[in-house]
Amino acid sequence: MTTLQSRPAAADPATDSPRLRSAPVNPARWLTLGVLGIASVYFLAPVWWLVVSSTKTNSALFSGSGFWFGGRFALLDNLHQVFTRQGGIYPRWLLNTALYAVGGAAVSTVISALAGYALAKYAFRGREFVFNVVLAAVLVPAPLLAIPLYLLFSPVHLVNTYWGVLVPSMVSPFGVYLSRIYAAASVPDELLEAGRMDGAGEVRIFTTIALRLMSPALVTVFLFQFVGIWSNYLLPALMLADDRLQPVTVGLVGWQAQRGIGDAVPFNVVITAAAVSVIPLVVMFLSLQRFWRSGLVAGSVK
Amino acid sequence: MSVSRHARRRVGTAAAFLLPFALLFAVVYLAPIGYTVYESLFKLHRDGLGLSAPTKVFAGLGNYADALHDKDFRGSLLRVLVIGVVQVPVMLGVALLLALLLDAKTTLFKRFFRLAFFLPYALPGVVGALMWSYLVAPGLSPITAAAHGLGLHLDLTSDAMLAPTIGNMLTWAWTGYNMLIIYSALQAIPPELAEAARMDGCSAWRIAWHVKIPIVRPALVLTTVFSIIGTAQLYNEPAVLQHVAPNLSSSYTPIFAAYNAVDDNNFGYAATESVVLAVLAFVLSFGFLKLVQRRGEVL
Repeated sequence: MTTLQSRPAAADPATDSPRLRSAPVNPARWLTLGVLGIASVYFLAPVWWLVVSSTKTNSALFSGSGFWFGGRFALLDNLHQVFTRQGGIYPRWLLNTALYAVGGAAVSTVISALAGYALAKYAFRGREFVFNVVLAAVLVPAPLLAIPLYLLFSPVHLVNTYWGVLVPSMVSPFGVYLSRIYAAASVPDELLEAGRMDGAGEVRIFTTIALRLMSPALVTVFLFQFVGIWSNYLLPALMLADDRLQPVTVGLVGWQAQRGIGDAVPFNVVITAAAVSVIPLVVMFLSLQRFWRSGLVAGSVK
Repeated sequence: MSVSRHARRRVGTAAAFLLPFALLFAVVYLAPIGYTVYESLFKLHRDGLGLSAPTKVFAGLGNYADALHDKDFRGSLLRVLVIGVVQVPVMLGVALLLALLLDAKTTLFKRFFRLAFFLPYALPGVVGALMWSYLVAPGLSPITAAAHGLGLHLDLTSDAMLAPTIGNMLTWAWTGYNMLIIYSALQAIPPELAEAARMDGCSAWRIAWHVKIPIVRPALVLTTVFSIIGTAQLYNEPAVLQHVAPNLSSSYTPIFAAYNAVDDNNFGYAATESVVLAVLAFVLSFGFLKLVQRRGEVL
């Protein structure tokens, strides 16, 4: 970082216009590129290792370079094993995860939109108090809630059911926070008043005017909740003893933990299963990038 | 009169709109928190011979006194504190550096780098941890193999290396996320500001230090608070790592300790440990906020 000093800004014509790309690349620029390059190797190498390893047989994992292909190309064979092992439970885990993530995120988005809109657009006593409670809840470490939730859900028979994971997934304080910020900024009061003048009811105003204006923020709320649920481990691990109800994260760690026990799942199968499980999320990230940024900005800028 | 009727009807609408969230929030947040605090006041009492079923008796702050004297629990708190004190500044320092470099006007391939850094966040935490557990596992680790090739003996799962290994897992997973928060804040700075400083002859380094970093301070404060809370709840990474490093103690982090108490059916004690951890996380994050807050600039 210190070497950035060495660049006298005034003497660098390239900074004045990005169009002047033909200007010679100066040392500071190379250094920047070098640092960013090293960082990207650090972040990408493990993922590359995962991809490469998913093409190897179990024995090839222990020989040769971990970061390059070696031995027989066993990807198809590995995939076959992943999808048929334990009576084909892996695709079921993926479906479970999709169910939890889509269902939980969809419901929580609707609920957050309603609550955020109410907090932004209606004046009532205790509004700031409610909002502060929501804000405080954003900061509550979720794992601390998992054990008491398990104990509360146990007597009402929600443990070891889909609902045990779905119900907690339907609440997103961050979603309410984001919805309120966005509704306050992008739904003009005049428009709501105009709707009221025209005799529209409050529900109709919400569904026809507010929801439409809030939709970019709601996509972000959905995405954050979707990824949160997809990545969740602790809560479903506690709630679901039946492996046919488990999401893929819990199933995978279960396979990894069997190491050395009886008919243990071999490394190549666990690794390939892990690689397959991240594909849906990575695709979603790549295709919906701008919504992540808008959510993160809302979190960082008052 | 009609105005107040409208106003009242609107309050009713607001309440109706808030109701679904409020109900679920009560079930998923308030009830567990209340239940935890309540349970932490009770102890399991076994009679001398342990023949009859244990009974639950009110213990006041007895569990808290036990927790404070519990060597394993104190050790787990200290361990996580040390990991956090080292890892959080390193991670945020790197995140800030990368964000500033990405923000520099002349930087090439911005889009690629941004995606590369953010990719780990797209992987579920336990999948990332699982991957790293294989990357450090003795016998399987390409890192250990490479070190061996250089004539070095390196075991990333040895007692001494466990904390750095976990710190690395956290850094790998979260740097890009924090970088993007800081980068987004940098992007919100009006370009004229840096331009003006440049005209005055400021170097890029001085602009970063005197103009950009002060402006993104709220983002840095926010990422620090989130990181403190995240570190307090450390569980996934050591839990997954445990499968390749059996020497990782079963009370490695405070949440491990609480889970052990649940396994012993001693929920009062698990609840106590949870409350202590939550209070410490709260004190640390709010203490940090108060320390750096000059004018209510965050949240």
